[in-house]
Amino acid sequence: MSTSLRINGKSLSVNAEADTPLLWVIRDEVGLTGTKFGCGLALCGACTVHLDGRPVRSCQTPLSAAAGKDVSTIESMSSTEVGRKVQAAWIKHDVPQCGYCQSGQIMSAVALLKDKPQPTDTDIDDAMSGNICRCGTYPRIRAAIHTAAGTKGA
Amino acid sequence: MNTVQDSSRRFFLKTTVVATGGLLGSGLIVGCSTMADSSTAVAGPRGLRPSVTAPGAMPNAWVKISTDNTVSIICARSEMGQGVFTALPMLVAEELEVPIELIRVEMAPAREPYTNTMLGGQITGGSTSVSEAYVPLRTAGAQARMMLIAAAAQQWKVDPSTCRAENVMVIGPAGQKATYGELAEAASKLEPPKTPKLKDPSAFRIVGKSIARLDTPSKVNGSAEFGIDVKLPGMLYAALAQCPVIGGKPVSFDPGQALTMPGVKQVVQISDGVAVVADTYWHARKGLEQVQIKWNEGPGKLLSSQSIHAALEAASTKPGATIKKLGDVDAAMKTAARKIDATYELPFLSHAPMEPMNFTADVRADSVALYGPTQFQQLAVGLAAAAAGVKPEQVSISTTFLGGGFGRRIDVDFIVQAVEISKAVRAPVKLLWSREDDVKHDFYRPIAIHHMSAGLDANGMPTAIRFQMTGPSVTARLFAAFVKDGVDPFMTEAAAVPYNIPNQRVDVVIHDTGLRVGYWRSVSHALNAFANESFIDELAVAAKKDPVDYRRTLLAKQPRYLNVLNMAAKKSGWGSPLPDGHTRGVAVMEGYSTYLALITEVSTNGNDIRVHKVTIAGDLGAMVNPNIVRQQMESSVIFGLSAALFGEITLKDGVVEQSNFHDYPVVRMNQSPEIDITLVDNSSEKPGGIGEPVTAMIGPAIANAVFAGTGKRLRKLPLRLA
Repeated sequence: MSTSLRINGKSLSVNAEADTPLLWVIRDEVGLTGTKFGCGLALCGACTVHLDGRPVRSCQTPLSAAAGKDVSTIESMSSTEVGRKVQAAWIKHDVPQCGYCQSGQIMSAVALLKDKPQPTDTDIDDAMSGNICRCGTYPRIRAAIHTAAGTKGA
Repeated sequence: MNTVQDSSRRFFLKTTVVATGGLLGSGLIVGCSTMADSSTAVAGPRGLRPSVTAPGAMPNAWVKISTDNTVSIICARSEMGQGVFTALPMLVAEELEVPIELIRVEMAPAREPYTNTMLGGQITGGSTSVSEAYVPLRTAGAQARMMLIAAAAQQWKVDPSTCRAENVMVIGPAGQKATYGELAEAASKLEPPKTPKLKDPSAFRIVGKSIARLDTPSKVNGSAEFGIDVKLPGMLYAALAQCPVIGGKPVSFDPGQALTMPGVKQVVQISDGVAVVADTYWHARKGLEQVQIKWNEGPGKLLSSQSIHAALEAASTKPGATIKKLGDVDAAMKTAARKIDATYELPFLSHAPMEPMNFTADVRADSVALYGPTQFQQLAVGLAAAAAGVKPEQVSISTTFLGGGFGRRIDVDFIVQAVEISKAVRAPVKLLWSREDDVKHDFYRPIAIHHMSAGLDANGMPTAIRFQMTGPSVTARLFAAFVKDGVDPFMTEAAAVPYNIPNQRVDVVIHDTGLRVGYWRSVSHALNAFANESFIDELAVAAKKDPVDYRRTLLAKQPRYLNVLNMAAKKSGWGSPLPDGHTRGVAVMEGYSTYLALITEVSTNGNDIRVHKVTIAGDLGAMVNPNIVRQQMESSVIFGLSAALFGEITLKDGVVEQSNFHDYPVVRMNQSPEIDITLVDNSSEKPGGIGEPVTAMIGPAIANAVFAGTGKRLRKLPLRLA
């Protein structure tokens, strides 16, 4: 079973069953391991990627739903302006601790800023509360999003 | 490569006493391999690559210098978010005279010089990493620097005292220059100086500075390598079914249709369960759904939360081992103007790190290579050797980044499982647990019951306090030799109050509930501080005194406690007006030689408890990297908050009832409070630990604030108003 999709701007075809979660296609078939497995039930956000620009939980997105679409992962964030700003803000605020959830956090933050370039704290709560961080980096994530947006806390 | 290994081995033998503080052998040695020819993980800006080792000469166990002048510093503690990958190399670089931005960091193999002398094994835990390394790593940096200078002096035929080290270079009296890379080979053949003189802290250029973490760049672009990301040539993926009742074992299995499923290679039975091995993880997972397993559930099947609680309560009235006795509590109670009793309860908890348990093992006839996230390399090597039937010195281990540890990765059950599977299928295998496996097969934070009594005088001040804590012992399972006369030292942390109370008795009862338990961030501090800091608040209320003033009076002779309490009270505006419905609560504690006061600002809405702000003052003594200290305090607030508001593991018919983040909820962004941290500048004291202690304080500080707001005293975690 061959499925065509574009990952980080590159067209490729993968041999995997249509119901395979996109997460495992990205990690095991394509070999991009920045996207992480955390819960398998779309409860933690560690596997967040962009599908045609919208954030999705790749652990609950079957490969068939990504066929013919644009998939963006953490590995491509440095090639977008918003992605670079978010990464720079993450570094400035020394956000990551163990770092395992941070790919997903950054993917959610980039999607938020593309949607709302000047997010309020409530916008941040709404967009980011699906991403769990057990190291508790939330205060720094909030500050970094404001920095990337050039809003308060910058 | 051989010369590198040889010179480093020679060094190990020569400097064992220095490097381990002479304590090696007195501690918790489990199947230690001192000569394992292990590959090490190499980290740079692009992350960890466990299979690559940078070549170079090693003047000692902590410093590796390549001919191209690349300086690598060995990190012997696992990076699980707490910042050792940055803080420990800072100590070496300070004395080595290498700018921090020029160093590479490599994870250490399992070897003798990397033993944690405070814990007696190669373990990352107990908030010990920085305090244990504070002198030895600076010493190692200074030794290497002096050896490089000596090598240059020999070459130039000058007195070493006329040379100096600067910026990865030795400079001679006539302006001669040689890079460390040019000198390393010669330097590594010299005797290390026994007592190198260390810099005075006032001369520090790296230590004490908030240097940006070295692992951050790789953690914002997906390149940092965790255990789950390890890939070896020919590697297969395994999913494992374990008995739903912890401790149960597989009797037999029927693979059903598993072997006809896409990608499935083999179905194998191991000690703990049945594994499906496939060409991808998803194929292994799907294949596992087809397998029917017959289990011997064992005695664990009889356990339920109700029966465990009843047995714990019964045990809690038995006499315990006395760990502190001051004055005569019974006599003081008799003459007290007032007597107060209270009982506190804490639940089992899961660690739930974001990276589910996993490990990669490559078992061959005469060797085992291990790759992955662990907090206890030495135990991993020892048990992997036993499982594979090889000698410990034939086992190598490469430690990746850990996607959280919190104590869970001190246990190595999943490593032994990976070894057994790789051995069975004769191929390198990466075993990955599901989140459900992780929640249902943890080593749980122990439950506890505390019975507290106090006698107050006519002014409401305590004249006597009695503390009796009952719960299971982690140490009895992992390090039985450390439990003596009924006392597990890792159950009694923060058990004796710091308050000036003339009559005190502290008793502990070890009671095995039948459910396996493990060390969990802040260990018994989280149990004992909840009881003590809630109870002292109850005494203040009984005395009709302000909880901060009450504590101040009782801490009058404890300057470090008093100082942090005053700082936190001032910073939080203790006593000043708050928005309607908001109240404050306080907790004070010393843990890991760090003195802390924490004040919460809380409101309630119906049965919901909301924490708006947390103010902390901390006195750690000397700090290596204040920014990482702040990170750890923030992290501990959120971790402790999850436990205070939500965390509870329950059992029914021997099966853990929770399975994932929907029924084991943790704090999310919208529940995350503002955190305000003040650090005491106290660099003359030895560094205390900071990875854990704050975790223990948030629960009681919230309970105390909730009482202030509602008049309801919550004596049980998680805190529930209904």
